[in-house]
Amino acid sequence: MMLEKGLEEKTFYLNLGPQHPSTHGVLRIVLEMDGEFIVTADPVIGYGHRAHEKMAELRTYQQYLPNMGRVDYLHALAYNQCYCMAVEKLAGIVVPERAEFIRVITSELNRISSHLLWFGAYLLDLGAFTPFLYCFDDREQILDLLDRLTGSRLTYCFYRFGGVPVDIDDDFIAGCRAFIQRLRSRWDDYDNLVTKNVIFIHRTRDVGILPPELALKYGVTGPTLRGSGIPYDIRKSEPFSVYPLFDFEIPIGERGDVLDRYLVRLREMEQSLRIIEQALDKLPAGPIMAEKVPKRLKPPEGEVYTAVETARGEFGIYLVSKGDVKPYRVKLRVPCFSNLSVLPELIKDTMVADAVAILGSIDLVIPEIDR
Amino acid sequence: MQFLLAEGARLGLSLIGVISLVAVNALFLIWMERKVSAHIQLRPGPMEVGFHGALQTIADALKLIGKELITPEDVDKLIYLLAPIVMFLPVLVSFLVIPFSPTLLIRDLNVGVLLIFAFSTLTVLAILMAGWASNNKYALLGAIRSVAQNVAYEIPLLLTAMSIIIMAGSFQPSVIVAQQGLVWNIFVQPLAFILFIICGTAETNRAPFDIPEAESELVAGFHTEYSGMRFAIFFLAEYTNMFIVSAVATIFFLGGWQGPFLPPVVWFLLKVYALIFLMMWFRWTFPRLRFDQLITFAWKILIPLSLVNLIVTAFVLKLVR
Repeated sequence: MMLEKGLEEKTFYLNLGPQHPSTHGVLRIVLEMDGEFIVTADPVIGYGHRAHEKMAELRTYQQYLPNMGRVDYLHALAYNQCYCMAVEKLAGIVVPERAEFIRVITSELNRISSHLLWFGAYLLDLGAFTPFLYCFDDREQILDLLDRLTGSRLTYCFYRFGGVPVDIDDDFIAGCRAFIQRLRSRWDDYDNLVTKNVIFIHRTRDVGILPPELALKYGVTGPTLRGSGIPYDIRKSEPFSVYPLFDFEIPIGERGDVLDRYLVRLREMEQSLRIIEQALDKLPAGPIMAEKVPKRLKPPEGEVYTAVETARGEFGIYLVSKGDVKPYRVKLRVPCFSNLSVLPELIKDTMVADAVAILGSIDLVIPEIDR
Repeated sequence: MQFLLAEGARLGLSLIGVISLVAVNALFLIWMERKVSAHIQLRPGPMEVGFHGALQTIADALKLIGKELITPEDVDKLIYLLAPIVMFLPVLVSFLVIPFSPTLLIRDLNVGVLLIFAFSTLTVLAILMAGWASNNKYALLGAIRSVAQNVAYEIPLLLTAMSIIIMAGSFQPSVIVAQQGLVWNIFVQPLAFILFIICGTAETNRAPFDIPEAESELVAGFHTEYSGMRFAIFFLAEYTNMFIVSAVATIFFLGGWQGPFLPPVVWFLLKVYALIFLMMWFRWTFPRLRFDQLITFAWKILIPLSLVNLIVTAFVLKLVR
């Protein structure tokens, strides 16, 4: 009787975003809350929609290249690479080996910088401010290296159809080796400051467990999938570029919780260092651009799909050509869109603090979801 | 008549002294926090205004005074406006009984310690008022968390305080200091000191216990809707609370004003600021606890430990005396 007179339990709605410190972009999540607990979660996307796919249809192949640095600004070079691979495959351009090596070195550097930024921002989500500035200090070294080579620090537009425009010099190679040494010496600091911290372990162990079946059902890729124990990495499973030449491992987690995803990313940075090291050792001499790439590129009629492994998962481009100077249709398969779709399942019945920890562990780049 | 006049003048002077101490202390602490956090994070911190940015907080305070006071729609006006005042006033009262030196104290009350604890509890009320009146869900969640947290941490705080009080046999701060002599209580009661610092950090809502204002979860928690000077008062109260908690810890565990060579006041302030530095060090090192872990930590670890500590203290004292 009491309940009927207005004492019934009611849930309320809480808007996490679009302006919220932890969504790292304009993502909005409508949370249905029962006190501190989340009953349902509903992500609302599209605030940063820039019509990247439509833009492709209105531009020539070359003109669309800068867009690729802006879909996912944190691992822009992988997107550069995927688009170049798609066009090269379509037009039958063969990239010289040295150019492929330079692509791999720069892309892996970019991957480390993306993971470092995630590491800092994630600890910020958990309430620890200091690691953020430590990894920005490390990330700065990568940005300086890439800045000298590519001319930009964030939205790179470096690769060209048929190779790369600038060759790497001895300074760059020396800088890379110095950076590898420096970052390796930092792992202990990170472990002591964060990974071994009791509060950190309590916040992340057994939180937001993503079972492998669920991850596969939603098409989750990248470190989020590998944290659940599935060793799916395009660099190994569908090798592209010169990755088969290098010896590296695919780190995987056991439980699929937030801590596993964290550890996978940390260990991936070490593997990226290994790849860079080997690539610098094996770097072949030769040209950096393919010969005879026409200025007015008109690939023959056809369809092509290429995929690369970005810092967040599988990024694929499906490109249809009708033999024109412009693509007929470009479809971008972005990893964060699929990774975000699993979020409501993960943050159901958790507390707000856990929701923030889980949201951060998926490593979303919001403009990439909206495209 | 003469007595009344003298007392009135004394109280008036004390009030002026306390208010200026609070203001200067807050300005200094905010600058210190910036510098400490900056040096922990490999950056220089404020450097532009004054020597090594010493005047930066004054510039910021002036900016805050110049800000428009925004009152959001549909707030509970009276409570919304009262909350900053309720937050700040009890803080002033606590200064009445803190002995900075054998001679420099305003009132040497025989229940001084009780007075401090009683009034510092009132800040919870202010936080609840601010969160409730703001008509904002983040603020309300922050306020709810704050109440649960403060209730949980008040108990072990008082229990550890009790173990010191029964050693001294008095609630009078000056007696507790005088009783310690050369052997400070931190050496006699190390566990109690650790417990007290943990609870004190939680009482002042500092990281890693800053969940009522957890930025990455609740934006700014209970003071999300406050701006300008109203926000500044919450800020001021937070830093003054840090000073009070550290002052009480100094009285209880670090022998208050006692120390060789330097004047007593200097020793007292040195110890207080050393403890505050410790709290800042925590904040810039640790991640934040989750709400339920925080409460579990208080009820399952801190309260049993402080109870055991209290019982052992009482038992040993019975045997010794």
